[in-house]
Amino acid sequence: MKSGKGIRSREMKHSTREALYGYSFVMIWIIGFLIFTLVPLVETFLYSMNQVTVSATGIDLTFVRWDNYSRALFTDPTFVASIIEYVVETLVSVPIIIIFSLIIAMFLNLKFRFKGFFRTIFFLPVVITSGPVIQELTAQGATSVPEIANSAVVANFLTELPNSLRNPVQYLLTSFILILWFSGVQILIYLSSLQKIDRSIYEAAAIDGASPWEAFWKITLPSLSTTTLIIAVYTIITLSHFSENRIIKYIYGQTYAVQGGIGYASAMSFLYFAVLVLLLAIVYLLLNSRAKNTFR
Amino acid sequence: MNNFYRDRIKSLLFGNRTSYGLVFNILLYVLLIAIGFVYLYPLLFMFVTSLKSPSDLLNPMVQWVPTELFLGNYEKALRVLDYPTTLSASILVSLVPSLIQAVVCSLVGYGLARYRFFGKNLLFALILATFIIPAQNTVIPQMLTYRELGLLGNVFSLILPAMMGQGFKSAIFILIFYQTFQSMPKVLEEAARLDGATDIKIFIKIALPAAVPAFIISIIFSTVWYWNETFLTVIFLEGGVQTLPMQLSKFVQAYENLYPPGMVNIFDRLNEAVKLAGTFLNILPLLLMYFILQKWFVESIERSGITGE
Repeated sequence: MKSGKGIRSREMKHSTREALYGYSFVMIWIIGFLIFTLVPLVETFLYSMNQVTVSATGIDLTFVRWDNYSRALFTDPTFVASIIEYVVETLVSVPIIIIFSLIIAMFLNLKFRFKGFFRTIFFLPVVITSGPVIQELTAQGATSVPEIANSAVVANFLTELPNSLRNPVQYLLTSFILILWFSGVQILIYLSSLQKIDRSIYEAAAIDGASPWEAFWKITLPSLSTTTLIIAVYTIITLSHFSENRIIKYIYGQTYAVQGGIGYASAMSFLYFAVLVLLLAIVYLLLNSRAKNTFR
Repeated sequence: MNNFYRDRIKSLLFGNRTSYGLVFNILLYVLLIAIGFVYLYPLLFMFVTSLKSPSDLLNPMVQWVPTELFLGNYEKALRVLDYPTTLSASILVSLVPSLIQAVVCSLVGYGLARYRFFGKNLLFALILATFIIPAQNTVIPQMLTYRELGLLGNVFSLILPAMMGQGFKSAIFILIFYQTFQSMPKVLEEAARLDGATDIKIFIKIALPAAVPAFIISIIFSTVWYWNETFLTVIFLEGGVQTLPMQLSKFVQAYENLYPPGMVNIFDRLNEAVKLAGTFLNILPLLLMYFILQKWFVESIERSGITGE
């Protein structure tokens, strides 16, 4: 009885000690999270419910309840329009990036000469995509293939399309290279998961008479379902955080505008955040159920 | 005999167990080169245009090969960008927070990988949340606080969050370190513990040396991301430290200060060649770094395997 108790208390002590050391390793992050994320987040939320005026001595808040939110949603035509455009553009870009990076990763997973050279090229954009650079390149027309985007055939084709379809297609044509430029990290993630798939599965399938085509659908894709989910989430977040994103620019502009102000900008930030979370949730549910089904 | 040749030709064209076959290989290279060209098109366009003299720019016959090697655009762009100052500012702003961030993230990643404690899942959820929350949801109160502390325009406004694991994309680096430490065998550390080493000592002497690839990849990536970041730098550093991308986004204004539009002759007006020369100068340091370190960029990811399983 006595000895049993002793062991138990020593075990308790060990696990407490472990927890204490664990906490001391992550403590700096927790403090940082409180100071640099949670408190500013709550403060921004407070601003979003107030009319904020910045003076030399500090900031003055006038409580306006949900006025900033209803203004963004119901009276500001630019905000709602750009949110819709953002959602459409994201939904167009994400599948393209996923498919493109998977194809490139499968190419790079083959054995051929000059592999290092091509790998260097496909990964290059990660290094150089910054807001101002992209802005300059887009302004000079370097991000679209001009022969396609400006040709008469395409222009005619575009005018024939209904309005809801025209914008995504136009976006696709004018910023096709840009979309591809966002797939550098994704290619690498796919490549490293491709290399983790056991080669013997393919050999077994080949012996059983499976064609490479079948092997791709039955072995490769199911093994990559988790990776695809990660890539989709990563892509959405990168696109949504990119500083040339129209909504981020609009919100930033409104922060210092006479008409807008910090309160209004904060409200829009939260609405944008909500839309982003919603998008992520939809993609997660979509891909996660797929991921589960394929393993069943 | 006839059959033999037919089989040889067939395997040469369509492949066999050891090679992919000629048809497939040609198709592969054509596709790779085509996609590679599309990828490089903006860069080639930028580089070629930046070498064009004003008369070449106006000449519709000159598309890809300028008639002369014209470096005047670069001379102007160097002056407009105030290159030596902004370059060293950019190096400072991207390198220092990256180094600090890597150290802090390795600590946090180690804590998560090696210790069991209450609330770990919540912690993971919060780390993911910091990755998702857009910067503009937290940036204004931070900016106001920095203004009160007099840190606006100072590098410390970027170093402080990095010191606390809240730097730019810190969550990714924490996960990289978490994975690295998770996949290391525990045996060495347990042996050291039996020999009486303290936890800090084990971390510094055993875990850190084994995590060198993770450090390199973290530092490289966060340097690149900090270098390219403009949303935070514009808000926190404006009026103080001026980085290269910040100066690039003000290129037109800065150009007209140096070369007032009414005062200079037509060949010294701002044109796209000068702008693209500025853009090229902006990415040149990163390009150099990439080509020197490209082995690390690509292979370390494959090795450390950030697939997040």
